[in-house]
Amino acid sequence: MPALGDIKIADFTWVVSGPLCTRYLADFGAQVVHVETSRHIDPARTIPPYKDNQPGINRGGYFHNWNCNKLGITLNLGHPKGVEVARRLISWADVVAENFSPGVMDRLGIGYEAIRKFKPDVIMLSLSSKGAAGPYSDLPAVGMHLAALSGFVHIAGWPDRDPVLPFGAYTDSIAGRFGAIALLAAIDYRHRTGQGQYIDLSQYEAAIQFLVPPLLDFEVNQRVLGRSGNRLSFAAPHGAFRCRGEDRWCAIAVSSDAEWEALCDVMGRPAWTKEDRFGSLWGRKAHEEELERRIEAWTVNMDAEEVMRVLQEAGVPAAVVATAEGLHSDPQLQSRQHYRKLEHGEIGLSTYDSMGSSLSKSPAELHKAAHMLGEDNYEVYTQLLGMPDDEFVSLLEEGVFD
Amino acid sequence: MKAHVLEGYRALDLTDDKGCLCGRLLGDLGVDVIKVEPPWGDPGRKLGPFYQDHPHPEESLHWFAYNANKRGITLNLSTADGRALFRRLVETADFVIESFRPGHMSEIGLGYDVLSEINPGIILTSITGFGQTGPWREFKPADITLWALSSYMYVTGDEDRPPVWLGYPQSYLHAGLEAAAGTLTALHHRQLTGEGQWVDVSVQQALALISLQNQQYWDLAGFSPRRAGRSQQRKGVRWTLQRQIWHCRDGFVAFILFSGHLGAQGNAALTKWMAAEGLAPGFMQQIDWRTFDPQSDDISEEQYLEMMDALDRFFRNHTKAELYEQAVKNRIILYPCSDMGDIRHDPQLAARGFWHTLEHAQLGGAITYPGPPAIFSEAGCGLRMRAPLLGEHNQEVFAGELGLPREQIMAYREAGVV
Repeated sequence: MPALGDIKIADFTWVVSGPLCTRYLADFGAQVVHVETSRHIDPARTIPPYKDNQPGINRGGYFHNWNCNKLGITLNLGHPKGVEVARRLISWADVVAENFSPGVMDRLGIGYEAIRKFKPDVIMLSLSSKGAAGPYSDLPAVGMHLAALSGFVHIAGWPDRDPVLPFGAYTDSIAGRFGAIALLAAIDYRHRTGQGQYIDLSQYEAAIQFLVPPLLDFEVNQRVLGRSGNRLSFAAPHGAFRCRGEDRWCAIAVSSDAEWEALCDVMGRPAWTKEDRFGSLWGRKAHEEELERRIEAWTVNMDAEEVMRVLQEAGVPAAVVATAEGLHSDPQLQSRQHYRKLEHGEIGLSTYDSMGSSLSKSPAELHKAAHMLGEDNYEVYTQLLGMPDDEFVSLLEEGVFD
Repeated sequence: MKAHVLEGYRALDLTDDKGCLCGRLLGDLGVDVIKVEPPWGDPGRKLGPFYQDHPHPEESLHWFAYNANKRGITLNLSTADGRALFRRLVETADFVIESFRPGHMSEIGLGYDVLSEINPGIILTSITGFGQTGPWREFKPADITLWALSSYMYVTGDEDRPPVWLGYPQSYLHAGLEAAAGTLTALHHRQLTGEGQWVDVSVQQALALISLQNQQYWDLAGFSPRRAGRSQQRKGVRWTLQRQIWHCRDGFVAFILFSGHLGAQGNAALTKWMAAEGLAPGFMQQIDWRTFDPQSDDISEEQYLEMMDALDRFFRNHTKAELYEQAVKNRIILYPCSDMGDIRHDPQLAARGFWHTLEHAQLGGAITYPGPPAIFSEAGCGLRMRAPLLGEHNQEVFAGELGLPREQIMAYREAGVV
């Protein structure tokens, strides 16, 4: 049996953070029923890229990579009978996950206190932007807003320029993984004590865990971390250097004298490298702009892959700045089988990421492409929840499964 | 006081400065995490920033940040006695976390095979740049080079400058999350089967997951996105650049002019506020924000750009705090680009009791830390103790738990074992 093969999850999450969280558990074998509604399509279904640039609710790539390995149903929670069916799904499950605006589940009658009455040992995770409670909780946000609020935008980019935006939904990725960790901990707690619980996880508070050292630096030294391009206080050179070709780069990081000596050897020890001012980290930091110019004069006539190869052979951390295309031909990712292909009813074969950890005895498995809207309604309602066929048909006709 | 969520488990944390988040998270959840350092100290103790800018191995804020909630012992694993003591500790542990280069644990006789023989339930979690297998497993990792490989850098930065990383090392933190999740997944497997296993975490794969939106552009649409600074490239049927970061009086704010339901209430409130200051163009005040669609013919491209200019002028008149306060009041979906000071003084975090103060007696004071990543209703999760001083719990662990006589510990100390 897969590691989490005995865990059943009623997944009321949508967009990014929640689906990423439950996907982790699904990859390790948890049975996840993802609840959507056709009345209000998950925005992740309508964010490009679309397969072959043709928009469609079953063609949006983000939804796919965030929702494989799950059973997908549609359920209209605006219908009183829809909430009744949701209660049946929750009774089937061990875990309820949701990331609606704070208060929505309560208003629907399926908040934690209401659920606990009919399912005392339920584990429920609310994955909100800024917490389930607090004066600023109600303002909606998408990923980039939280990257801004959590301090990541302020520190990204060049000191002489406006900040730049971290790509995609950066803090959602952090919060989604924290959500999985919190659920796994709560599942173990219940295993040992029989007791369920409610988990209030704020994406903002989760993301801040990545900036604890600079927050402490502010706290005790009153220093506000700013933007520094690609530089780092204890390394030089440290940056992306232009290579041959259009917009091709190789990142190089030298943080010890041994790495510096190795870099000089690989470059053929040109005269400038022998100058005293480049002989120590302190000196290289003091003359970093010139250092970077000199190194780029060496890299610019080489392929990025070649710069990476010769430096790695010499023990200097270096790596090409990969493009989206390049990810698909990365030999290490291929060797680790990071990308897997799954067949989907509408878009055919497409590429899914697997997880960042390989478990020797119970590895993650990718077995089912993301669901088309409502794809698994019949199976879930009649088999998992044991609904008789005639009830399924009448609820369908009443719009309960919209 | 409530018991912590994972109270009763024990982890031996051999990681250096790069792998330390995993143990910290397990510690937050209540695991008894014992940080095992070499007698000369973990390299993480040398990492700045430092307390009052005073470089000292007991004053690294990086060390404080990710080694709180751990006890600390010293053990020289390159000596036979050190390894023997470590093996005795493995008998008492549930998890071993390490971040040596691939193969190192086996070379010093502490590979998974050996550990699982001592304790079949042991879960060994290894964190490395590229994983334990594959052609690049021996490659030297660094934070920025791992970000480079993930493609994240290629899409971050200004078009006319080199790609940039995220400004502060974070790659191993993502791997730390993967490691904590993998460790607890293996724990559940152990609950079901009784057997432990080896969790092999690759920083490169952890970061590929952060870029998963990017790989799909190529996979589905045959396109490699490029960096676009403060805007984000979006493709509906055609590509558009959507401005998302704006100047304000004392910094920057994040704002997207949303169409449809999400933007309806806030856009109307924002337009009214702009109009009150004479900065909303006439046509903007006529827009029905409930049905507004910037991609439709409702609005010409010139009008759209005029509106962007008006927003730019308006935001520049106000501070981050003013804009955020009104945003919360009127559901304008706008957020400050906070700096570390803004975060420390955020009223939302204060209202939630987020911050937590720990005593640092050796510094003659206390430090206020960010609080836990999650609040559990029935169990504890959060800061209990500051990071350990070098060898602070040697006596407690070696004498108190392993029952070593005092003379033996003295002898080990002289031999450089502890």
